[in-house]
Amino acid sequence: MKMNRRGFLGAGIATAATLSAPMGIAASTNPKVVVIGGGAGGATAARYIAKDSKGAIDVILIEPTKTYYTCFFSNLYIGGFRDYASIGHSYGKLASKYGINVVHDWAIGVDKEAKTVSLAGGASIPYDALVISPGIDFVEGAVAGWDLTSQNAMPHAYKAGSQTQLLKAQIEAMPDGGTFAMVAPPNPYRCPPGPYERVSMAASLLKKINPSAKILIVDPKAKFSKQGLFEEAWSKYYDGMIERVGPDFGGDKVEVRPDAMEVVIDGEVEKVDVCNVIPAQKAGKIADLAGVTDGNWAPVSAHDMRSKLDANIYVLGDSSQQGDMPKSGFSANSQAKVCAMAVRASLIGSAAFPAKFSNTCWSLVETDDGIKVGATYEATDEKIAKVDGFVSKTGEDAALRKQNYEDSVGWYAGIASDMFG
Amino acid sequence: MRGETIKNRFLKLVLLPVIVLFGYMPAFAQSSQFSIEAGANIEAGAKVFRLCMSCHMVGDKAKNRTGPILNDLFGRPAASVKDYKRYSDAMIRAGAGGLVWDLDHINWYIENPKSLVSGTRMIFKGVKDPIDRSNLIEYLRQFSDNPANIVEAEPTILATDPDVHPSILAIVGDPAYGEYLSGECVTCHQIDGEVDGIPSIIGWNEEDFVIALQAYKTEHRTHEVMIMTARRLSDEEIAALATYFKTLGD
Repeated sequence: MKMNRRGFLGAGIATAATLSAPMGIAASTNPKVVVIGGGAGGATAARYIAKDSKGAIDVILIEPTKTYYTCFFSNLYIGGFRDYASIGHSYGKLASKYGINVVHDWAIGVDKEAKTVSLAGGASIPYDALVISPGIDFVEGAVAGWDLTSQNAMPHAYKAGSQTQLLKAQIEAMPDGGTFAMVAPPNPYRCPPGPYERVSMAASLLKKINPSAKILIVDPKAKFSKQGLFEEAWSKYYDGMIERVGPDFGGDKVEVRPDAMEVVIDGEVEKVDVCNVIPAQKAGKIADLAGVTDGNWAPVSAHDMRSKLDANIYVLGDSSQQGDMPKSGFSANSQAKVCAMAVRASLIGSAAFPAKFSNTCWSLVETDDGIKVGATYEATDEKIAKVDGFVSKTGEDAALRKQNYEDSVGWYAGIASDMFG
Repeated sequence: MRGETIKNRFLKLVLLPVIVLFGYMPAFAQSSQFSIEAGANIEAGAKVFRLCMSCHMVGDKAKNRTGPILNDLFGRPAASVKDYKRYSDAMIRAGAGGLVWDLDHINWYIENPKSLVSGTRMIFKGVKDPIDRSNLIEYLRQFSDNPANIVEAEPTILATDPDVHPSILAIVGDPAYGEYLSGECVTCHQIDGEVDGIPSIIGWNEEDFVIALQAYKTEHRTHEVMIMTARRLSDEEIAALATYFKTLGD
């Protein structure tokens, strides 16, 4: 492990073992922030705390993956609009440019009294403030017949990476005229339009390589995000290919049989060739283990993302109860900045301003046809509350839809550098 | 239009909305509003057009030169002249985003081109005098013969003076506050100025920055994400952002 020439305290990518003899961390008297989770919430929080405190705060980022594949834009990879490498990002710059101690390990416990985080590799890391941004985990037993051992036969691909590659390969290998089924999740879940963008992207791909293939959506929800817009696009581009079974036709009474590749909808057995099961979701496990959840999600104060159950812990992104904000990468990145400002204010007394949040979700339905929905938010004592918003309209002209897509490409480049430097 | 016997209630329900629909009574015009004079002077307009002639042509023999031809201007989308190849990216974006050369927007643009399209290639300081503009627009209108473009069919009162009030431009922005607020911007507008589909806002002249955000705030520009963003920013916050982003360019 190299010491950074610029001499940032403890900089460099550490493995858990070497943390037991930390390089320079023990000598630092700076306040310490540990961030669990290196996604849109955690990476952004770590970077902003490190960057804006100008070396006055030591930041340790705990993230198991060495290359982070973003869930956002993973559907575009499925559709053939992005290549896999382009949605992967490394943590090297967070370490070298911002002096963040990036630790590739799992957090397996939090001792709130002692203010330490335990890692799977055995180390115990002290904190003055803890930011938890672990994303989601699946609710056990949410889809009858499916558990994590089934994810090979029936991928969720709802945490990006290998699962996404697997799903795409399965779709590509479908027999002519085969069926791609998706079991959609109940609310609330990460990325409300995500499953439907995925259907659009799969349809776009299948139209080229397997035009007689069919897509079957089994949905426990009566309505979904940007529904009118998606349905307009499906009818325009993929007429006859996509069928959606909602709760009025048994979409909420589903069982899957991974060994037989069957989906049972209210007693009716459907043989399928590919099955994307997206189960009901809850906060990432570590939030539970840390004792900051109440039910499935972690309640937080909208003013600073501080946990309502512990004054030294902040929870960001999908795992938090975020009021009116949807669970999205954009939201997590927005919340992370509010959190970073609050953490710095509480540890080193820097200025804190009233929280402002925003979100925009872009979905690609076909080449150069993007739709969007967005809103701005403020903090109230009760929750993060929506102030204003917009949504694309049906019948918009092609130039605007193309512009939406190009904006989303620009946003992706922007958020990637906002997260990873 | 309706039957001879119109009861009072019917009058209120039917006639009043009809009056509203046919627009605006000049008697209620506010002092800051601008209208095309009924006797707007085409001859005077031709003289104002001399300011434009070095780049733009109108009439039978018109061709695209430095700027596109201005025949059939009224009602056409921005950046839509097929054979004209020199539109700026900003103008193309504006057209894709829904900018159409209706009376309101022609007036806005001629008064200060950069206030409507920051990245326009039309380097022209603008026609500030409203009478001159009125005459110029009357002159240009002769060269658009599509009846749908003829302004008489729409309300002839133009929107409020597009120039941002000097008192707003005079607000001194706090760069530290601007830095905090910029968190919302830099996810899309990359802080190192890289452009991957979204324009850079780094190092902009403060006045241009304020004018642009105010134009979104008043919805004279049409990009929905920017309208939503600008609408919840106060004038002080816009000034703070302008100062902060200017410092990034230094």
